[in-house]
Amino acid sequence: MIQYIIKRLLQGIILLIIISGALFWLMMNVGDPLATMGGRTVTRPADKERLTRQLGLDKPIWLQYLYWLVGNDWTKVDPDGDGIRDKSGTRLGVLRGDFGTSLVARKPVTELIGERISNTLILMVASEAVTIFFALILGIYSALRQYSVSDNILTAVLFILYSMPIFFISLMSMYLFAVLFKKWGLPYLPTVGMFDPQVGKTPTQVLWHMVLPVMSLSVIYFAAYSRYIRGTMLEVLSQDYIRTARSKGLPRRQVVYVHALKNAALPIVTVIGLDLPFLLGGAVVTERIFAWPGMGRLFLDHLSRADISVVMGILMLVATAVVVFQIITDVFYAWLDPRIRYS
Amino acid sequence: MANSLLQVSNLRTRFHTPEGTVYAVNGISFHVNGGETVAIVGESGCGKSVSMMSLLGLVPTPPGEIYSGTAIYRQSDLLKKTEAEMEDVRGREISMIFQDPMTSLNPVLTVGRQLTESLRVHLGMTQAEAERRAVELLEQVGIPDPARRLGDYPHQFSGGMRQRVMIAMALSCTPSLLIADEPTTALDVTIQAQIVELVAQLRAALHMAIIWITHDLGVVAGMADRVLVMYAGYIVEEADVQDLYDSPSHPYTLALLAALPRVDRRRDQRLKSIPGTPPNLLVEPHGCPFAPRCEFVIEKCRHENPTLIEVDKNHSSACWVNVKTGAPR
Amino acid sequence: MTAQTSSLPQLVDDLSTPPLSLSRLVWLRFRRHKMAVFGGILLILLVLYSFGGAFVYTEKYANFNDTSQRLLPPSLEHPFGTDSIGRDILARTIYGGQISLFIGLVAVLIETILGIIVGALAGYYGGWVDAILMRITEALLNIPTIFLLLVMAKFFGGKIPEIEFAGRSFSGSVVVIVVIIGITSWMYLARIVRAEFLSLKEREFILAARATGTSNIEIIFLHILPNTIAPIIVSSTLSVANAILAEAYISFLGLGVQEPTATWGNMLDKSAKYLDSAPWLWFFPGMLILLTTLGINFVGDGLRDALDPRSRTV
Repeated sequence: MIQYIIKRLLQGIILLIIISGALFWLMMNVGDPLATMGGRTVTRPADKERLTRQLGLDKPIWLQYLYWLVGNDWTKVDPDGDGIRDKSGTRLGVLRGDFGTSLVARKPVTELIGERISNTLILMVASEAVTIFFALILGIYSALRQYSVSDNILTAVLFILYSMPIFFISLMSMYLFAVLFKKWGLPYLPTVGMFDPQVGKTPTQVLWHMVLPVMSLSVIYFAAYSRYIRGTMLEVLSQDYIRTARSKGLPRRQVVYVHALKNAALPIVTVIGLDLPFLLGGAVVTERIFAWPGMGRLFLDHLSRADISVVMGILMLVATAVVVFQIITDVFYAWLDPRIRYS
Repeated sequence: MANSLLQVSNLRTRFHTPEGTVYAVNGISFHVNGGETVAIVGESGCGKSVSMMSLLGLVPTPPGEIYSGTAIYRQSDLLKKTEAEMEDVRGREISMIFQDPMTSLNPVLTVGRQLTESLRVHLGMTQAEAERRAVELLEQVGIPDPARRLGDYPHQFSGGMRQRVMIAMALSCTPSLLIADEPTTALDVTIQAQIVELVAQLRAALHMAIIWITHDLGVVAGMADRVLVMYAGYIVEEADVQDLYDSPSHPYTLALLAALPRVDRRRDQRLKSIPGTPPNLLVEPHGCPFAPRCEFVIEKCRHENPTLIEVDKNHSSACWVNVKTGAPR
Repeated sequence: MTAQTSSLPQLVDDLSTPPLSLSRLVWLRFRRHKMAVFGGILLILLVLYSFGGAFVYTEKYANFNDTSQRLLPPSLEHPFGTDSIGRDILARTIYGGQISLFIGLVAVLIETILGIIVGALAGYYGGWVDAILMRITEALLNIPTIFLLLVMAKFFGGKIPEIEFAGRSFSGSVVVIVVIIGITSWMYLARIVRAEFLSLKEREFILAARATGTSNIEIIFLHILPNTIAPIIVSSTLSVANAILAEAYISFLGLGVQEPTATWGNMLDKSAKYLDSAPWLWFFPGMLILLTTLGINFVGDGLRDALDPRSRTV
């Protein structure tokens, strides 16, 4: 078991190095940070040259990547762009937690991300919880009532929900619960930001503001998971050992919630665990629509202004989350499944 | 039939599939007395498993339907019981063991758990009592080091051991009737013999009736008191075991016996197989279902489905022809 | 034989009816799925709408803007209303549909080709070829697609000038979007194809082909690949929906196809501002995207069941 974990960790590290290298190359080759230096266009050639030297962009790519990874405080750089490398660098490198400085905000990337990350996490955790809760209920319910009218209706509805693009749901729910409700004099939900600036960042405010974005994010995942859970449960329920359990005269509850669910849990846990970090992708769109001050918006804002260090920082964070969650899920699965745990 | 533990009459089970209705069990009637072993023999698809599952209410009833019949067990009809009532019967009065021990045990629950749950549900034992009993049961079926093995998972047992565990589970609440659906088919020959031996021992100890489903006539000879031969959802012959081997009366039974490979056969003789294929169960049967493959067939066979006719004491056969003479009955 | 767990007895082939060819069999099974057929009809209608609609409204009309007519609600003259600079939304959805559907199909074409090549090579050759290809695949899979798409869209966008094709001019961003969707989505298919190849390459008919000296390329493309068509078809069909959605997402975030070329996605971009005052701005394009995705998912599901030799349609 321990060996397995170590092996996966090593694989993960290698993967992250490959990913970071690929992303870095992508950024460097297709972006032109000089074109819009954080929003202000730089036009004079002399200025451009100076900036290139200042930012260390005249160095070969692998060297830039190296500096990015382990910093440049161990070598001399050219901070004033005059062509002479006279001072020590100040960057510590990613491996020591320094993701560089934002060209736009003039703040360390880690600080920028740190401010926003908890907001995104709140959304994600809430969405995931809502999704899992309802998907389990609905998935098991419809699996137990296969062929019935309610199952068919439910399956059809879920299918439609699952085919919806996030923004359509967001816009529709915004229109319904905010605009129309307001028009009809009903209590309506807020659609912008995390809290009302006049009231302040109180828990109730945040909760209210969370409702619509969380709903948008969870509806699609919930529809997909319900279908998946239903499918998994159906497959498990058709297995021989369920027939055995029934033939022993065990009450239905026990057969479904102990014998069946425990087996269905294995693939379900895997799917949920692996999917979790991808919720971040959905967050990008949702945060834009609802003006939620999270990492997704940060990404969009800084991407549109070619602020490479911030973009790289967020991308690496996301990629790391994905890799880490993969490892956690795999290990968890190996622990859950007695066939692997005791082999 | 005063001694009858189980009396089944005219059981019909059908399945409604998109391809049509499958006529799986077509009006079978039989009885099982307390303590006796009845073997049901027939090829795959003849309805032996489905009929047993129908008795226990284990046939999934959206596609399946128990169309008609009664199954009187201890003065009440199993087929009319509610699900809750059947849950009391299953595992407690009537138990079933299945063919494939690899897939019939739940892989994520310990063997101990799977043993104790019946005891706790049916006999109301506490966890401690149930575990003690479980250890005893494992010993009875010949699992070494039973106390430690309670905490093991099915994949940590070999195929033969798993089948023993299944048997222990089935017998844990001392049922009056055990239905064994081809329990040795998936096992090695040597293990087969052990399992059969084990069941024989337990049967004697517990005075339990057994319905043993198999397609292996060799097993039948060693275990059974009586034999039912099934084909295409019908019972085509019924006899005491000795009579069946001495004077088989149905062409299908004859063919089955003739198809058994024998050590004393001449080497240049071909193995006898039954020509043709089993009938398509999607079609409601007309006439004798075996007629297309029968070497004794007469015109009457194609139009009228024979019912079971008594040919001897405790011996009936569903055939219009006397296979010894070749003449119609 | 083992007893069926679902208790359905063995059904024996009735040899009196002639066997059906594979495509006929698939079509019959597909037809049985009412939802799939419904989806198919829906898609046909959408295609007719987008391409047939060009005979009713000209592209000039779709791009014609008259700010005095801005933000009009649906009426007889403008059945879907007008947008923020006075263009008729119905006409724009027609032409937008053409682009969106086109992007969906071509992107899937690209990703299918890429996915097959990578999956086939990795699955067939194994060894270090497999290791390298799979590491790359995994690396790409580990980045949520939206991020990849956005980054590529940002940096490739604006690099390609306007294109003249079939007498009409399109923003170069269409090509960019098609390509980047294609190169960020092939991984899923690659894994499927690789899995199929891994299992098929050990089969006897492949050993036989090798024994008779068939070249590797021939084996891959003429022997193994045709046997993997089923999952490829299903995956590709469903990918069209993903591709259309991907385009919608990027366009919605402002980095996709640029004006004046319309797509359903970029029509939604400007609509959020007028959420309360002009819901028709987002409703119609959004609805069309939904219907397309729905239709594709239905058809894909039906195909999956029809092509799967093991699934039982109950």
